[in-house]
Order: sequence, then structure tokens, then C-alpha cells
Amino acid sequence: MGAQKKSATPRVSEDPEDLARNPLQAILLADSFATTFRPITLERPKVLLPLVNIPMIDYTLAWLESAGVEEVFVFCCAHSKQVIDYLESSQWSSKPNFIVTTIESHNSISAGDALRLIYERNVIHGDFVLISGDTVSNMLLTEALQEHRERKKKDANAIMTMVVKQSKPSPITQQSRLGTDELFMAINPVTKQLLCYEDKAEYSKGFISLDKTLIADNPSIILHNDKQDCYIDICSQEVLSLFTDNFDYQHLRRHFVKGLLVDDIMGYKIFTHEIHSSYAARIDNFRSYDTISKDIIQRWTYPFVPDILSGSTAIKVERQGTYRASDVTVSRSADIGSFTFIGQGTKIGNDTKISHSVVGEGCTIGSNVTIEGCYIWNNVTIEDGCQLRHAIVCDGVIMKSGAVLQPGVILSFKVVVGQQFVVPAYSKVSLLQQPTHLDSDEELEYADNTSGTGEPGYKLNGDITPDLSETAYELGAGGVGYIWSVFEGVQDEEWRQSVAPIPTDKLIKLMLEKDEDDEQLTQDGNVFSASGELKADSDDNGSGDDDNEDSGDDYVFFEKEVEATFLRAVNENVKVDHAVLEVNALRLSYNMASVDCAGAIFYSMMKLAVESPHNSASELHKNAADIITKWQKLLKSFLHDIDEEIEVVLKFEEMCLESAREFAALFPQILHLLYDKEILQEDAILKWADEKEGADAADKVFLKHSEKFIQWLKEAEEEDEDE
Amino acid sequence: MPDTQALVNDFLNKLKKRKIEGSQATAKQTAELLRSVISQTRVPYTNQAAALIQSVKAVGERLIAANPVELAVGNVVRRVLHIIREEDLSLTAAAMAGVNLSAVSDDEDDADGDNQPVLSAAAIAAASRSTLRPPSLQTLLEDVPDFAAVPHTSSSGGDSEGKSKSADKSSRSRKLKHDVIEAVNELIQDISTCHEQIAEQAVEHIHQNEVILTLGSSRTVLEFLCAAKEKKRSFRVFVAEGAPRYQGHLLAKELVMRGLPTTLITDSAVFAMISRVNMVIVGAHAVMANGGVIAPVGLNMVALAAQKHAVPFVVLAGIHKLCPLYPHHPEVLLNELRSPSELLDFGEFSDCLDFGSGIGAPLLHVVNPTFDYVPPKLVSLFITDTGGHNPSYMYRLIADYYSADDLVLQRRATSGN
Repeated sequence: MGAQKKSATPRVSEDPEDLARNPLQAILLADSFATTFRPITLERPKVLLPLVNIPMIDYTLAWLESAGVEEVFVFCCAHSKQVIDYLESSQWSSKPNFIVTTIESHNSISAGDALRLIYERNVIHGDFVLISGDTVSNMLLTEALQEHRERKKKDANAIMTMVVKQSKPSPITQQSRLGTDELFMAINPVTKQLLCYEDKAEYSKGFISLDKTLIADNPSIILHNDKQDCYIDICSQEVLSLFTDNFDYQHLRRHFVKGLLVDDIMGYKIFTHEIHSSYAARIDNFRSYDTISKDIIQRWTYPFVPDILSGSTAIKVERQGTYRASDVTVSRSADIGSFTFIGQGTKIGNDTKISHSVVGEGCTIGSNVTIEGCYIWNNVTIEDGCQLRHAIVCDGVIMKSGAVLQPGVILSFKVVVGQQFVVPAYSKVSLLQQPTHLDSDEELEYADNTSGTGEPGYKLNGDITPDLSETAYELGAGGVGYIWSVFEGVQDEEWRQSVAPIPTDKLIKLMLEKDEDDEQLTQDGNVFSASGELKADSDDNGSGDDDNEDSGDDYVFFEKEVEATFLRAVNENVKVDHAVLEVNALRLSYNMASVDCAGAIFYSMMKLAVESPHNSASELHKNAADIITKWQKLLKSFLHDIDEEIEVVLKFEEMCLESAREFAALFPQILHLLYDKEILQEDAILKWADEKEGADAADKVFLKHSEKFIQWLKEAEEEDEDE
Repeated sequence: MPDTQALVNDFLNKLKKRKIEGSQATAKQTAELLRSVISQTRVPYTNQAAALIQSVKAVGERLIAANPVELAVGNVVRRVLHIIREEDLSLTAAAMAGVNLSAVSDDEDDADGDNQPVLSAAAIAAASRSTLRPPSLQTLLEDVPDFAAVPHTSSSGGDSEGKSKSADKSSRSRKLKHDVIEAVNELIQDISTCHEQIAEQAVEHIHQNEVILTLGSSRTVLEFLCAAKEKKRSFRVFVAEGAPRYQGHLLAKELVMRGLPTTLITDSAVFAMISRVNMVIVGAHAVMANGGVIAPVGLNMVALAAQKHAVPFVVLAGIHKLCPLYPHHPEVLLNELRSPSELLDFGEFSDCLDFGSGIGAPLLHVVNPTFDYVPPKLVSLFITDTGGHNPSYMYRLIADYYSADDLVLQRRATSGN
């Protein structure tokens, strides 16, 4: 902690007036340390990308200025030269009461590094606002700042106030409207203290754990999943020194916030400030780029809207929320729909339809073009008959006549799309080749130097047309640019954070999956899959009513143990009673129910049957029959009631589906066999059949197979009753 | 001038961020800013008026561009320009009279010659104003030669005649600046006292036991009603709350504090209540040249209701709100759309605004306009600080306060960009 901390703390407490006199400072991170905006960010830093035709950083700086911040330190890393040049030439360099200072670094790879560097410079003298250069807001800081200072006066450990805002995540996709993952926050409703922060509710885990002491210390805790983190933090000086002390803190949320929440030695506290009527959001991915652009056009960010923010060019808002610059040439037959922005000097040809889109400055759009939900930046040429849906088109792109962009396409700078070429959905096209040494770990958000946003950009500056020689013609006749390939596994998730709306078939699929989950939960808390180790996790998601959450893993071990025991019993001819004892011991040590034992034993038996040599289905049947007959007593000793018997049937069904497909054809026979041996009662089978009745077709395969058998059972039952 | 430059930038910024609310405050600050611009402008020996006009125009254009919705800025800029022209005109007239005088009494001292025009200047200015102003076409014709004449005489004079004449000129230039600043001070005074000026007329309009209806909140209306109350008139006020900002609530509170019986109603109840009302008194954002009014949203509805029930619809407006432009003018930005969050809470409705699903466009759209346009035929009377006027008389007032040369100020501004 060192001297810095000690010198800072007394100053705060001894003279609160001094704090008030300190000009409010802000740290603006002009680097997201992320790769979500690639390939665009290879050539231009994210903060300079236009958002409704104005660079993102202008929104942030304009807000900071109006919120009463007097000094801003802009931290630039990737493309630092571009950012510095821009700031020097812009209005921000000459404001009397608003000093913008740039801090340049070439080796910072994370927000943590940035803050450590700023700490070394020793330029922050009091409370400061920590924000990244891609945040749009119009909130008033005074109230939050006041709260922060008062808390700080009372409790020196209250070092950070986080701004949050209500926003419900979609129940289907489990993501917010900004395309970020569902966020869980536990907040003390009285003190507003943040107690828990889970931004990656990892789907595999599917649960959050709260420390027991939290509940003991706080009389009430509200667990929110409808709060959006605005990434606007009011921090005290100590935050910087904390970053220096914990040199492994990289990510602001993942490391710093979570680190503080977990650490009870220092006792630092984080508080939240919720905003209601004002707006705040951060552009994190393409989906939030789309969402926030639309919010701006709908004026939620007032007064930070294009017609007020844009300096020299006069932009007028017309009916239906259409923004039009003063000298736009639009053909009479062109249809400029609602919520569209048309920048200065743009020409639009006959019968062209544009809706929900942003068209930048100096673009030339031909005739019969359809543009829907697109973001077209400056000096783009779109020839006749092109069709663009939900795409981002960067500066200087040329689309030859008849080219089509499917939803979610990103065209980076100066790409040329050939005639009649159809760019497939969600593809990213750039003049630069995809970095080959990919940081395959998608979790790695920070761009390291080599694959980072730095180098390729410089290469482009040095040589305007990099090796476009042979392979660059992936884009049809006359096209220039590389289509980036998508990582394996991420492909399916591409739609989540793209500019295009989520396709309906995905939504339906998700909805069905969700329904299935719910159904399984209601069926039985203890549905475990035997063989599919991976699936075991997801299945036990909701079985919170059962004692322990991590029984999924345990169950897999348990099953293996049981199998080993059983095999030993078979090989060494152990007595059934002894085998029962051994399995029981295992059951106790793994804390399993007898249901699990039944499932595991049956699973082992069937596996043995499959593994023992056989040539045909009938032989396999015979094998199975032998084993079942021999070991029925063992099985029976764990089948105390009907639930367990059902479990056996379910387990069998699962095996037929996954690990032991050979049994699929024999399903009804074996079922009959089990019935004959009085391992299964007819009630259990009938109940299983009933439950399966409601499931969808894929699940009913085996029910169909055994239809005759069940029919027979039912009839037999009726006969019994008749008698 | 770094000093004025900083002031201008600061003010521009405030205008841009919509930090100054209310046309009176804006008008006053604009006038004050222009005053300091004038006082800081270095006036050359020749053609002082043109130099002043140019510097005021340069600043004015930027001010107007910063917040095109606040018409008061443009109005004040035009007023100041008009003042410069007027003063210059009167000075030239006085100088011409002085030349005549000096021609007659050639032997008199310099000091005397300096004093003479000062005395006569005001008289001649008044004379020129009264004689030259009303026939506007003639003024235009006469103005132009005057302007052309000024540089001519000075340039030729400066060369040949030497020191004595130039000394006279420098005093004249100081004089012009001085006069202009005096006049601008008067304008500032007018703007800051406009409430009282208007309120003075209250007793003539509000009678015993009347019911007055107003919408939203306007300081002018408040002062007007209170002035009538102070003069022992007893009457009742209906206040429509003025959604979505509900400033009517504040007005109602103020009125009650001052002892006026007040009834608060919703905007939508106006039509139901109007039949009981004797007069509608409202404030305005701007008054256009045709007598149309740009007023807080909801007033067009009130005006229509008033017309239906033949209730007089009275608009109070300080003279700085009088705009020499017509509402159909392409430069006039009639409206401003404010943030939808004044209408509904973003968090509550965030699921309706999820663009990730469906067609990628929100189905919910919130429109929050700030102003209404009330056409002149719905307005019964304007009360300005100079008295009551009919809507059809507005263009005459405009001719009094603005010179025709400056009307195009804004067009030049936009085409210049």
C-alpha cells in the first residue's frame, strides 16, 4: 500500500473542503483492450469509430464536460497516434475549462496496466471518474458524486461507486439488449453496497454462490439480474494504488471488482448508484453498437444527439425521426424511411429505399438500392441494385452493382465487393488478412501486442495496398478483400453479438431448448445422464432442491466405481450379498440415493453385455438376458420403490441413445425381460410411458418401439381388474 | 481579443448544451455578450459602423447556429445590428448638419465644433427616425447612399485635409461606439424589465371575479397575475399542469403562495373547463412576423378550445421574443425534440426497445416535442412591453425594431457553411 495510500487517506478525512476544491478529474480509456470490433479496429481505434456519424469519444468527452469534469486524461494505447491527432485537431484541445491530456503507452495490454501507468504519473489528486471512450451517457454526475463523497467521509473503505441502470435481459437468449451476458448483482437495498458481481453466468455452471457471511452481515440482500452495468465508475484515489499493489489485476470487472468483493482483509467496499431517467450505456460489441445508435436516433441521449452535437454541419430532424444534413441530394423517388440519418454531401439515386440506417458523409448511393438497418460510414460508394441488410460498411468501401450483403456482415475499410457477389451472413471482410497466430482463447479479451490492434494498422499506413496480389479476390469479379474465417465453435454464437437482429429460427430453437429444460426440471430433480459426462452438468442445473450442486461430477465418479465393483464381482464370482454391501458402502461414501445405485448398476450390467463378445442382435440379447438373470438380485436390492424402477428405464433409454446404440433395436425385448424377471413392475413401465407421452418426437422413439409391449401390459392390467 | 473569444466560446457552449433555459435569460446574456464584443472591437478610422456590424454579425452567426431553436438569440443579434445602423445614421446626419454649421461659422473653435453635433445629434437622429422610418422603402433607398457616402468622405478627407479632421473623426468613432453601447445597455434594461412592463398592464385586462386559464409555467404570466392581484383584483386561476415537464405544478404553488385561489387541472381537462373561463393568458417561446406563436406544447389545443368557446386567447411576450422571420421560413427551426425519458422510464420499457429480436427496429417510438405552433387567427391579443397589439400588427412592430438588411442574417449563416 505504501506511502501514497497513507498520505492520501488523512487528507481526505482532515479536510473535506479540500476535496471539493480539487477539480474533478476523469480517466478515459481510449482503448477497449478487446477484440470484439475486429477487423475494423485493426485499422482505426474503436473510440474513433463513428456512432451516428460522430466519433464515439466525442460523446464521452461531451458528457464529461457537461457533467462538470474539468480535467480528463485520455489513455491511448492501440493506434495512439490516431487518437492523439484527432484530439489535437478537434474542438477538445481548446476548451478553457476542460483540459484534455493524452497519456500514451505502447505496452499496456489491459485496463489494469493503464491504471498502473497513470498511478506512476501521479496526476490524479482526488476522486475521479473512470470511463472508457466508448460510453454514451447523459446522466448528471452531481448526485452520484455527492453520495460517493459522503460515504467516503463516513467510511474510508468506500472507494468506488458504480453506476447501474435497469435493463431486463431477454428471457430467451439470456443476454441484455446490449448483447452482453446476463449480469447478476447482489446489492444491499439500504446501503446500496455491491455484494456480488457475476458477469459471466457461465452456462455450464448455472448457479451463483453467495458467501454465507454476506447473509449474516446484511439484513437484506436483493439479487438483481435486471441491472445493466454502465461502466461509469466514480473512484477514489485508492483505486489506482490498489491496481499497483495487485499487479495481476487486469480487467476492471473480472479482476478488480471481483477481487475487492472477495477480499475481506482490506475491507474495501463498492457501492452502486442507480440512474432512472437518464441514459448510460457502453458499446461493447456490434449488437450494442446497433442498439445504442438506435437509442441516439430516438433521442434517449438528449442533449447528446446528432443535431445538437454536430459542430459545423447543420443537421435537421424531420418527421419520423429522420436526420438530414443541409446539402444532401436525394432523388424524388427515393424513399428515406423513419429513423434514418443522412450525412452531408451524400447523393441518393432513384427508387432507393433506406430505413433504420445511418449513412455517413460523402456517400454515393445508386438507384434501386435497398438499405435496411445498416451503418454506412463516410465516402462509401454503393452502385445500382445493391441490397444491404443489417451490416456495417466502413469508410471508402465500394459495392459494385448488384452486390448483396446478408445480415450481420462487416465490411472493413476500402473493401471492394464485386458485381452480383453475395457476402454471406455474419462474415467479416477486410483488406488485411486475418492474424494467423490467433489467440484462440476467446476468453482473452485484451489484445496482446502481436495480435493486437497495433501493428497491422501501421503496416497499412506504411504501404497503402498491402499484399492484395492473389488471394484477395474472394469477393467476386473485381472485389478486393479477405473474408475472415470464423473460429470453430464460435460460429454458432456469432448471431448473439452481431448488428443483425436475432434470426427467428434461432429464437425458436432457444425457446424450445428452454422449454425442454423446464420440463425436465418439473419431471424429476434427479435426472442424470449416465454416459454423457458433459451433459450431466447442464441437466442438473435446476436441481437445487437436491442437496449438493456439484453432484454431477460426483455422480460420474460414483458410476465408475460402481461399474468397477460390479465387474470385479462378475470376474471373481463374488457373492451377490457381498456385492450389495460393497455398492452400499460406495453409496454412503458418495452420498448418493439408492436411485443412483440402481441406475449405476443397471448401467454397468448393460455395458458388460455390450462389451462381451457378440455377433448379432440376438446374441446380444442373450448376453443381456444372462447377465440380468444372474445379477437380478443385486439390482433388485436397490429397487425399493417405483421411482427407482423408472430410473432404470430412463437410464436404459439414455444408453440406447448414446453409449450403447446396439441396444436400440432390442429395447422392447429387454424391457419385457426386465418385466418377466420382476425387476420392473408394470406400474413403473406404464408411468414411464405416461411421462414420455408429452415429450417431443425425438424422445418418443423408444416409446414407439415398445408400444406393443405397453399395450399388452395395459390390457393385462384391465383384465386383472375385470377379474 | 482572447478575452471576448473565451466569453463567446463559453456562451456558445452553454447554448449548445441547452444549459440556459428561458428566452429572457438567453436574450439578456446574448445582449451582454454582444455589448462586450462591441466594446472590444477595435474601430478603424474609416467606416466604423461597418466594422462593428461585421464583428457583431460574425459572433451572431455562431450564436444562432449554436442553438437554432432559441430564436431570442437571433432576435437580439438583429436588434443590436439595428441599433448600430440607427446610431450610425443619426451620427452621419448630425455630422452633415455639423458640416453645414461649420460652413456657416467657420471661425469658431474646434471645441465648439465638437460640442455642436453632440447636442444636435439626438435631435437629428430622432428627426431622421420619425421622418425616414415609416415609409420603409424610402428608408432603404436613403440608407444605401448614406453608407456609401461615409467611406467616401472620410477617405478623401483623411488624405488631403490632415490632422484636424482626423482628430474630429476619432472622436466621432469613439462617439459611435459609445452611443451604440449606451443603446445596447438600454436594450438590456428593456429585456430585464420586460416582466414589469407587461405586468403593469394587468389591471386593464383582468377584471373582478374572472376566471383565468393558463398552461405550464411562464414567469411573465406569473408576474402578470400577481400584479393584478396586488391591485386588489380578486379572480381565480386554472392552471393546466403542462405535461411532460409539469411546470404547471410549480406555477400553482407560486400562485398559492401569493394568495391567489388556484385550481390545478390536467392538460386533457382543458376543453371541459374552458367554458367556465373568461380569458386564457399564456406565455410564448417566440412570436413570429405573421403573428403566429411558438409556444410550449399543448397550447395549440388550448387555443382551439378557446376559439370554440369564444374565450379570448391572450399571449404575453417580451419584445425580445418578437422574431422578424416567418414560420414558413426554411431557416426557422420550429421545434425541438427532447429526450423520451421525460415521458417514460427507460428501464421499465427496455424490453420493448430490444432491437435484437424481430425486424431489428423498435416498435415503440416516443416523441417528445417541446413546442406547438399557434396560428395567428387563434390569438386574440398580444401584450408586449409596449402595450397590446393585434396579431396582424406584428409586422409593423418588426419594422420598428429590426432593419430589413439583417433579416437575411441567418440565411447567410447557413449558406456560408
